[in-house]
Amino acid sequence: MSQRSRVIALYKHIQYLLREYPTDDVRKMQIACKKAFAKNKDETDPKKIEEMIARGEYVSKEIETLYALKKYRAMKRRYYDD
Amino acid sequence: MSRVLVGVKRVIDYAVKIRVKPDKSGVVTEGVKHSMNPFDEIAVEEAVKMKEKKLASEVIALSVGPPQSQETLRTALAMGVDRGIHIEISGKDYEMLQPIHISKMFAKIAQDEKCDLIVLGKQAIDDDSNQTAQMTAAVLDWPQAVFASAVEKTDGGLKVVREIDGGLETITTKLPAVVSADLRLNIPRYATLPNIMKAKKKPIKKLSAADVGVDIKPRIEVISVEDPPIRQAGSIVPDIDTLVSKLKEAGHVK
Repeated sequence: MSQRSRVIALYKHIQYLLREYPTDDVRKMQIACKKAFAKNKDETDPKKIEEMIARGEYVSKEIETLYALKKYRAMKRRYYDD
Repeated sequence: MSRVLVGVKRVIDYAVKIRVKPDKSGVVTEGVKHSMNPFDEIAVEEAVKMKEKKLASEVIALSVGPPQSQETLRTALAMGVDRGIHIEISGKDYEMLQPIHISKMFAKIAQDEKCDLIVLGKQAIDDDSNQTAQMTAAVLDWPQAVFASAVEKTDGGLKVVREIDGGLETITTKLPAVVSADLRLNIPRYATLPNIMKAKKKPIKKLSAADVGVDIKPRIEVISVEDPPIRQAGSIVPDIDTLVSKLKEAGHVK
């Protein structure tokens, strides 16, 4: 995959993740994500772009972990006493 | 190498506030977000992990329910399951479907597909029955390892750590066997959008209750479904003495 398509795939993935973000205003989060990507749209240095992709991937992993933890805690509260 | 069968149930999403129907016949399901039962996600993850470790040759997901259950199966396929089987039962029949019927269907499919291991969630978060795994093992006369918090493959069998009251129990079992997943077994992976799209190419076989030869006549009747009692409002006491006397009155301290 080219760097360009990796960035697009990452953007789409984060937008998809944000759909179920536990907030009152999902749209706001999605716009914030769009802005964060748009801010660096003129970046041309492949090395810097690579760093940004790594950061984006880290953020998406964090969101996934947040969802997993939220669900785990909900289950634990409902079904376990300890 | 073995073939693994996992069960997935479509339930009301865990984050949704449940509302009881005004006529007390059940809970409101129309227009409510549904997703895969969290414990089934754990079961699917465990089966997919086995495949990745080359301990399983194929993972098959089975879902029993209305047409929308296909979406839930799709999620399982996106997580890495190879193919799906959907036994379609909808409307009134599905509302009255009990673990006794489901377990017979699982047993039939496991035999037809020559599965060596069945992995199920320990219970569904909608009816909280916690019976399907145990009943399936009974129908097939296979060993059961329920409430698994760790599963390890040994020569010709499994070593399973079970969650029991006040601790853990380690058991070994031969294959074929039925395992049910407890909360701490693993952390399920996220079904990404590209994977859900790719999963649309994976096959889902559609069957009916008659195809598997299971009589789905209801064995029970729902009399009434009601909200849990609302928590009573607390009260503020002026000093410790009143608190103690009130606690004594209620029988909390002697």
